[in-house]
Amino acid sequence: MEIPKSFLGYKRENGRAGTRNHVIILPVDDISNACAEAVANNIKGTIALPHSYGRLQFGADLELHFRTMIGTGSNPNVAAVIVIGIEPKWTKRIVDGIAKTGKPVEGFHIERTGDIGTVMKASKKAQEFVMWASEKQREECPISDLWISVKCGESDTTSGLASNPTVGNLMDKLEPLGVHLCFGETSELTGAEKVCATRGATKEASDKFMKTWSSYNDFILKEATDDLSESQPTAGNIAGGLTTIEEKAFGNFQKIGNCKFVDVLEPAEEPKKGKGLYFMDTSSAAAECVTLQAAAGFNIHLFPTGQGNIVGNPIEPVVKLTANPLTVKGMGEHIDCDVSKILSREMNLSQAGDKLIETTLKVANGRLTCAEALGHREFVMTKLYRSA
Amino acid sequence: MRLIYKFLQNSNIQFDTLFMATDIIIHDQKDNVGVVVIEKITPKQDCSCWIMENDSTIKIQSMDEIPLGHKIAMEDLNEGDTILKYGHDIGKVVKSIKKGEHVHVHNVKTKKW
Repeated sequence: MEIPKSFLGYKRENGRAGTRNHVIILPVDDISNACAEAVANNIKGTIALPHSYGRLQFGADLELHFRTMIGTGSNPNVAAVIVIGIEPKWTKRIVDGIAKTGKPVEGFHIERTGDIGTVMKASKKAQEFVMWASEKQREECPISDLWISVKCGESDTTSGLASNPTVGNLMDKLEPLGVHLCFGETSELTGAEKVCATRGATKEASDKFMKTWSSYNDFILKEATDDLSESQPTAGNIAGGLTTIEEKAFGNFQKIGNCKFVDVLEPAEEPKKGKGLYFMDTSSAAAECVTLQAAAGFNIHLFPTGQGNIVGNPIEPVVKLTANPLTVKGMGEHIDCDVSKILSREMNLSQAGDKLIETTLKVANGRLTCAEALGHREFVMTKLYRSA
Repeated sequence: MRLIYKFLQNSNIQFDTLFMATDIIIHDQKDNVGVVVIEKITPKQDCSCWIMENDSTIKIQSMDEIPLGHKIAMEDLNEGDTILKYGHDIGKVVKSIKKGEHVHVHNVKTKKW
């Protein structure tokens, strides 16, 4: 298949391109969710991103909170942002961070005004933003403007056998075209960590990976009260035939094809070393991982599943694929790309990779994903430790 | 179909190698387990196994009912043996397994955690 050289995206002020054109209402903290949701309810075409945190966090955990908030607002799939927080200082910090992209952003704080006054002021601005954004047209963008993140979930043996290698095949074909790629799931590489480390493009990248993995593994061993048999593999994984974390890890690892990773990113950290594949230190919980990757600037997500994970994200479209014929049959409304014919050998891996590239480009051009059509908007912040 | 069958009967081509679907896929030649890729296999079923690495086909008779996605032992395995899949170590045998039996959490455990 000849791979198209371009897609239709929204060009942004900072030179990036979006696959979506969202106007988001971003609460700084948990107690500002009500305001943000009221604004999104008033002004059609905007989305509120409620979440559970943002108060009394400190140190690295607070830095991650700001990085996730600013990164989410800065993502090229977002045209404009309304930020609402309880206090002016942290609200302004997020507004200033997002403003560096050049996109319209305005902050409102609730203290001394109350919910009703804030909702009124923020709604007026949100209406202005959404009407401005609705004039934006999709334009031809080079395929290298795609920043593709990947993460698998509710995996079973069909994931490692077919749907994850399909993603790997897509990576092998798109990497030479200059796209950015990102995989994560630190804990789910356990058992395959040494093999994964050999895939660093440089010794520095390999060492950084091993350091990151070891630190996560030490944390898990310290906090674990049992052998993690209830969590890794999950009950869904076991029902699907996966027996051990090692088996899950080698299956997981198939997603990167033959690519080598150029750098290891902190959670929600934007890649700085140009095109190519990056590893990000993330949890293996689906919504947390996708939220972090979206905050790092990735504009389209590929999600292979076995037993049928249903996750979505409010700003980054999540494309689902599966090779499990029972999942296609039982919950087809969640599957954007069916590669189950690999198992019956009616389709080879390269054909499956081509099919996934076609689906990815359709979605990049604007076709809704199943998760978008079904209203999946899981926005889940990663929290590193207890608040002060 | 009848005509094709008749034609095959009169030729040297094996009917089942042409028409028998793959029941089990094995990633790597070194692997001692395969993955069931049809809805389920039943005890005493003669199964066709495709080895992805070298594109060859082998046969095995199952001992258990094994559902889609679950593993079958390709050889007799003893307690302490290592399970190889993708050509890599994915855990240890904790209860001996006969060739053709179901391999899962009841007889294999992680070497991590």
